[in-house]
Amino acid sequence: MHNFNYHRAADVADASGKLTSLEDPKILAGGMTLLPTLKNRLAAPSDLIDLAAIADLKGVSVEGDEVVVRAMTPHAVVAASAEVQKALPALAQLAGNIGDPAVRHRGTIGGSVANSDPAADYPAGCVGLDATIVTNKRKIAADDFFLGLFETALEEGEVITSVRFKIPTRAHYMKFRHPASGYAVVGVMVAQYGSKARVAVTGAGPCVFRLSEMEAALEKSFAPSSIANIKVSAEQLMGDIHCSAEYRAHLITVYARRAVEAMV
Amino acid sequence: MGEFGIGQPVRRKEDVRLLTGGGEFTDDINLEAQVYAAFVRSPHANAKISAIDTLAARSMDGVIAVYTGQDLVDAGVGLLINDANYTNRNGKPMHKPTRQVMPVAQTRFVGEVLAMVVAETPAQARDAAEAVEIDYDVLPAIASTAHALDEGAPLVWPEHGENLVVHWEYGDKDDVEAKLAAAHTRVRVDLVNNRLIVSPMEPRSASAEYDAASGSLTVYTPSQGGRRLQMMLARGLLKMAPEKVRIISRDTGGGFGIRSKMYPETVMVAFAARALGRPVKWRGDRSETFVSDYHGRDQINVAEMGLDASGRASVLKVETLLNVGAYLSENGVRLPMEGGGRIIPCMYDIPDFYFSVKPMFTNTICTDTYRGAGRPEANFIMERLMDAGAKALGMSREDIRRRNFITEAQMPYKTHLGFTLDSGDFDGTMQMALDAADWTGFEARRAESASRGKLRGVGLATFIEGAGSRPVEGMRMRFEENGDVTLFAGTYSHGQGHETVYAQLVNEFLGVDFDKVHLIDGDTATSPETSNGTFGSRSSMVGGMGVKRASEAVIAKGRKIAAHLLQTEAERVVFENGVFRAQSSSVTLAEVATASRDASKMPEGMALGLDESVVFENDVENFPNGAHVCELEIDPETGILEILNYVAVDDCGVILNPFIVHGQVYGGVMQGVGQALTENVVYDASGQLLSASYMDYGMPRAAHMPMMEALFNVVPAKTNELGVKGAGEAGACGAPPAILSAVGDALSHIGVSHIDMPLTPEKVWRAIQEASAVKAA
Amino acid sequence: MDIEVKMTVNGKAVSGKVEARTLLVQFIREHLRMTGTHVGCDTTQCGCCVVHVDGVAMKSCTMLAVQAEGKAITTIEGLAGPDGELHPMQQAFRDHHGLQCGFCTPGMVMMGVDIANRLPGADEKTVRHQLEGNICRCTGYQGIVEAIMDASAVMNAARS
Ligand SMILES: Cc1cc2nc3c(=O)[nH]c(=O)nc-3n(C[C@H](O)[C@H](O)[C@H](O)COP(=O)(O)OP(=O)(O)OC[C@H]3O[C@@H](n4cnc5c(N)ncnc54)[C@H](O)[C@@H]3O)c2cc1C
Ligand code: FES
Ligand code: FES
Repeated sequence: MHNFNYHRAADVADASGKLTSLEDPKILAGGMTLLPTLKNRLAAPSDLIDLAAIADLKGVSVEGDEVVVRAMTPHAVVAASAEVQKALPALAQLAGNIGDPAVRHRGTIGGSVANSDPAADYPAGCVGLDATIVTNKRKIAADDFFLGLFETALEEGEVITSVRFKIPTRAHYMKFRHPASGYAVVGVMVAQYGSKARVAVTGAGPCVFRLSEMEAALEKSFAPSSIANIKVSAEQLMGDIHCSAEYRAHLITVYARRAVEAMV
Repeated sequence: MGEFGIGQPVRRKEDVRLLTGGGEFTDDINLEAQVYAAFVRSPHANAKISAIDTLAARSMDGVIAVYTGQDLVDAGVGLLINDANYTNRNGKPMHKPTRQVMPVAQTRFVGEVLAMVVAETPAQARDAAEAVEIDYDVLPAIASTAHALDEGAPLVWPEHGENLVVHWEYGDKDDVEAKLAAAHTRVRVDLVNNRLIVSPMEPRSASAEYDAASGSLTVYTPSQGGRRLQMMLARGLLKMAPEKVRIISRDTGGGFGIRSKMYPETVMVAFAARALGRPVKWRGDRSETFVSDYHGRDQINVAEMGLDASGRASVLKVETLLNVGAYLSENGVRLPMEGGGRIIPCMYDIPDFYFSVKPMFTNTICTDTYRGAGRPEANFIMERLMDAGAKALGMSREDIRRRNFITEAQMPYKTHLGFTLDSGDFDGTMQMALDAADWTGFEARRAESASRGKLRGVGLATFIEGAGSRPVEGMRMRFEENGDVTLFAGTYSHGQGHETVYAQLVNEFLGVDFDKVHLIDGDTATSPETSNGTFGSRSSMVGGMGVKRASEAVIAKGRKIAAHLLQTEAERVVFENGVFRAQSSSVTLAEVATASRDASKMPEGMALGLDESVVFENDVENFPNGAHVCELEIDPETGILEILNYVAVDDCGVILNPFIVHGQVYGGVMQGVGQALTENVVYDASGQLLSASYMDYGMPRAAHMPMMEALFNVVPAKTNELGVKGAGEAGACGAPPAILSAVGDALSHIGVSHIDMPLTPEKVWRAIQEASAVKAA
Repeated sequence: MDIEVKMTVNGKAVSGKVEARTLLVQFIREHLRMTGTHVGCDTTQCGCCVVHVDGVAMKSCTMLAVQAEGKAITTIEGLAGPDGELHPMQQAFRDHHGLQCGFCTPGMVMMGVDIANRLPGADEKTVRHQLEGNICRCTGYQGIVEAIMDASAVMNAARS
């Protein structure tokens, strides 16, 4: 790891200020992505701005028809929260299947969302559960937030402060774990909002995406058979030494159908 | 015997230390005023080195020295040696390129060490290593076992004209071909024995310090016993007197075969410590060990077997391709012949045999011994053939094995390449496994799975091993003034629990309290002169017998002293439970030990002391064997496979400590599960390692297995007095074929005939897809 | 450029001057010279480095020393009683042969305690899945899983 300057941000404004004034700064949240990257010398920021001391970036709550997860809340807290388990069990389940227990104790939703790793779970949660990403500057619909491989709508100086998930009628998340890393090879969040449906897929493409054909079919009839035969094209999908694009495409259909099966 | 003797599940002596943070692994050792090494590694699989510029690195903060291959040449450092000698049938000798510790002119695999930086802190050393500039002329590379012998493939050693190391053959090819052609039934299997990262959990490390006044060098490193490393380092590489080089391994975090080898980094750390006069320390990153630790397996086998109508096999042909990597490691090239070949056709009596082995060079790190070292590959071939034979003849998998097993009546039985099997109840062992796994009740379970849409299969594999290679090993026994006994061994426990087992043996033979027996191993300053170390499941036999021989010598000597003390003849003294007795009088072993230090109490002319130093020598190995049954379920829609039950019945001969032997079985099976399901080394066409970290290389985890059942069928070995057979490698032999057999069973009735390891969900899914497509057509 | 850090390790207040990039595991191993906590990988996968931070299992290889400022760290050295009596988890590892070479062991034991704390009475499948982030190459995990289930019961009984 190259050396850097370390700052403990007092509040979000302080963090944002440092982000714009320092040479090549980076936010440090749980460090579960950033620190391995630095250890392997794949990045060399001049400054790290640690958000850990900012108390109001932590915790989960249910506010009206939303579950609000503040940016610095670790995955383990989301998974274990009685409130989340009651209001949005699919989210608790998603969080409880990220990585391993030690990773869940440190890794945060803000870091995961900001990173937009193609194999991360939360992006499917955000898009599938019609979330709003709240930053110190604005609110961004999840649909507009994830732009591509490790690319988001975040601008310079922007700090994620919370993610607000819209509570669905019902939802379920299914994940095929990568045999080595444990990340999602395919993760599918299927949610029903009254007559509307959302199907969001992570792991398979360069970035989380929705499957409108499946959504439309589910909106007609929210049943496994509605989507069981909807094939996904492998063309835009990723392949690696463990799973080809074609296999991922196949898994998406199977996992989406199984998610619906788990709900009905 | 008593609660600590042979066969007791004694809790391990080493555990309290290791459970409380008291282990002393190499990186835990810090030497006064140590400095730190970092290595510059080749990013290319094949490239000429046109220039190495170390100037910038040398001028960086804290940098003490930078070394390149030329510095080693100038200093007269020797080469890494392979002493195998195989010849082609036409008399042409094998190609034996030399390996420099750091190559000067050309690099031949990604990760090869090309320069070393020594600095005051680890971070400074790494920073400076990044600043070493190397100019390369990149050449085409070859990494693929399947294609390295193709016409026009890039050559690893162009001066040799081909990538083939040697074409080694056994048997009469034409005769075997003719017999295969004439056989009632002929079956063939095409197998990939996938390349593996051995990955003991302690990353490779080394520290060294040099005392200029005495001219002596001490090297701390994980190992499987230091004597051989000492000889190589002293004689071959650094040109020092062996007694001036000391190798210490306090604790070693797993070995599995690759720790008995000499690596460039170890040589370099030692070289730099001597050159600089300061202790030098290096701990490998996991990413470094992925590219530079020797890899395991990597064979392609084509095998054919001819059978009569009753399922009796009479002729066998095996053709093996072996990827040895860019150089010849110490043992890699030998594995198909001396590791696996000697045991083929494994448990079966097959009179005609042709065997062809083509080791080849590729632009990859060398392969070498990995748990089983050639025997898992050999058993895999035979077990896949037996399953194929059963299928072809419509026989059950257990019947065809039974039909061909070597029986106890046939023993001693000589294998084609020269092992003599002494004992084993192959049929009985297999039956135990079938019974424990409720083999006959399986169809009901298959139906139950089918009702849930799952494909269930059960698999059987039997296997035999040759354990205890190089059966020569010294052992020293010392009596302490407080009555304790200290053993000095050249075998070296890196997880196997020798401290415990050897103490059990001393307790058994000499009646010394278990707690009063100590083991000192892992230090060439105190280990016996004659020593090979711990590998190939040899320590229970060679170490155990060493303890037995030393105990016998002590008793013989003790009887004379006791006779003198008791004023009788030695012939009248009997030794039992730690006491020398003659009629009604007696002295304890401890009293004899004390007396032995006092010339006035000793018989005339007898040397003082009870200590003993012995060398155990055997002319033959032992042959652990077993039968494993694996039951699993496949989700046809995703190809995901779940192991539901696993039964391992092993004949490890006499069990010294069931607790520890069970552990060896569980661990070995899990490594076999890894090979069969998740582990695979992948290089791309340019020789870059794609499976270069735990993010991409699938290590088996706890969730890959249910609780397994391990049972023993004890058939004492006749080749050593303890009756032991090595237990360390059996699991790794049994699991891959048992799992493949189960998958074959689950999928064969839907038409899947072949699938290679590792059985990733995608591969299983594809096989099912292809079979269904064929069926539909 | 060096930063002063203070924390408690196994109940003792400790402090030291570190570079910002110093990892918690380096602080523990190299500054405090407590070498029971191991490093087995550089991608946060193996779990050899697991310690407890404010009572919760974390991978000390993926945490800066400065991030542990003011926290209470427990390492494998701090688990046994002051008189050397093994923690129930350590004892169970011994009784079930949950270790061979011992390299993964400190992390396994610390993770085992964490699992037992969070999920008292967890069944075998759960324990196996909870060990996702801890790799052992020697034992096949069988003794480890048995040990964690056994110790979990002992710890549970002691709590109630
Ligand atoms: C072994 C292992 C297994 C894992 N498995 C999974 C898995 O299965 N599924 C999965 O989804 N993830 C997995 N992860 C990733 C894990 O969930 C990370 O926690 C997460 O991706 C990043 O969160 P973090 O808090 O650690 O962020 P950090 O690593 O601290 O930061 C990540 C990036 O986000 C930026 N950032 C952080 N917080 C903010 C903020 N509030 N506003 C703006 N930018 C911010 C940082 O600057 C940095 O660029 C795994 C990680 C490891 C080490
Ligand atoms: S060293 Fe921390 S997870 Fe491997
Ligand atoms: S005991 Fe050796 S790695 Fe677990």
